[in-house]
Amino acid sequence: MHRFLGGLAVVLLALGLWTGLGWAPRDAVQGNVQRIMYVHVPAILTGYVAIGLVLVASVAYLWTRRSAWDRVAAASGELAVCFVGLTLATGSIWGKPTWGTWWTWDARLTSTALLFVIYLGYLLLRSVVEDPDRAATYAAVLGIIGALDVPIIHFSVEWWRTLHQPATVLKPQAPSMDPVMLRALLVNVAAFLAAFAYLAARRYRLLALRAEALARLVGSP
Amino acid sequence: MSSFLRTAVAVFWKDLAVERRAKEGANALAFFAILLLFLFYFALGPDSDRIRAALPGLFWLAFILAGVLGLGRAFALERENDCLDGLILAPADKGAIYLGKLAGTTALMLAMEVVFITATGIFYNLDIWTAVPRLLLVAFAGTVGFAAVGTLFAAMTAQLRAREVLLPVLLLPLAVPVLLAAVKLTDLALAGEGWGPAWPWWQLLLGFDVVFLVAGLLTFEFVLEA
Repeated sequence: MHRFLGGLAVVLLALGLWTGLGWAPRDAVQGNVQRIMYVHVPAILTGYVAIGLVLVASVAYLWTRRSAWDRVAAASGELAVCFVGLTLATGSIWGKPTWGTWWTWDARLTSTALLFVIYLGYLLLRSVVEDPDRAATYAAVLGIIGALDVPIIHFSVEWWRTLHQPATVLKPQAPSMDPVMLRALLVNVAAFLAAFAYLAARRYRLLALRAEALARLVGSP
Repeated sequence: MSSFLRTAVAVFWKDLAVERRAKEGANALAFFAILLLFLFYFALGPDSDRIRAALPGLFWLAFILAGVLGLGRAFALERENDCLDGLILAPADKGAIYLGKLAGTTALMLAMEVVFITATGIFYNLDIWTAVPRLLLVAFAGTVGFAAVGTLFAAMTAQLRAREVLLPVLLLPLAVPVLLAAVKLTDLALAGEGWGPAWPWWQLLLGFDVVFLVAGLLTFEFVLEA
């Protein structure tokens, strides 16, 4: 199963690289810089999937008290930070040549940065609590509270920016996307999701083995 | 009165009684708030227009900084003499205990906020008195939201090694919607604007309060018994 997921991720990522860099046409306005979208958009979508999985696993853990759910939450939480971080990094790299600045307090940027900080805090909380059962419970509560806050943060920051000043047209929204570009994007989304599934499965396995080894260590005289 | 509310009120009265007898928390927080007033003045300089423009932000920076201290204290008290174990063992709904602790923290923070608002008007020589009723309304709604998340996390971090750092690190990013809405509403109240433009922000703030009150009531049991 792991091997299949890994192979699928590698094939899809290679295909995504080719469609993104070669097959898809060059953007008429932005040039080759636009191609970073093929990493940027899949990364944030995968990040949202990871955050959603943290929520589901957190609720399931509090409900059933089975440590398997805690490991799912832990693995997804780490990957959420990775993918949201990747989104921020690629966004900055794209922003510099396009907007002329690495960072701006645009609504979407601000709320994504907050997401990143919240889930960094989530990992921090996990690492600080020593007792594994307590760590799992605390992390589950934070996982639920954090996910509940995501839409509220999104709307509050959006209003804060739009009521604050007339809509800044920082994001040049293309009226519609070229069908070839869209297909290339979808290939990359699939590739990122496969990579996420593979990494999460591997991390889950590692966490399970570690817990098993710890239990054996404690159990031996 | 149902037993749920009775428990909540009992926990609330207990916290108030501790506060009334020891007087450490409230006094220290009020003192801290006035100290912040001095610091803000030194940081911004004597230009009163500049202070006036920054006032909504200053209010909520002060409330949040003092609130983090107050929250940390609310559960530091319970750690002494294993009071927390007593609360956990009490044959009562854990949600009621949450509500009582939340009310205690909110009361403490509100007292500090009244002191801060009064001292601001006097020391900065600003005419904010007509806006005070609306300011207090905003302060109350914002404080409830902040404390609803804060009480949950304070109960979590009270048991941990790095609690002083961990509480603000976890709480502040989650409280950003409260900060945004409350600062905006404070701004509108100070400007004496009508209720029209304030309405969407009230919805946001009250929505936040309700969502996290319910979430806190439902999850506090797990935190306490972990």
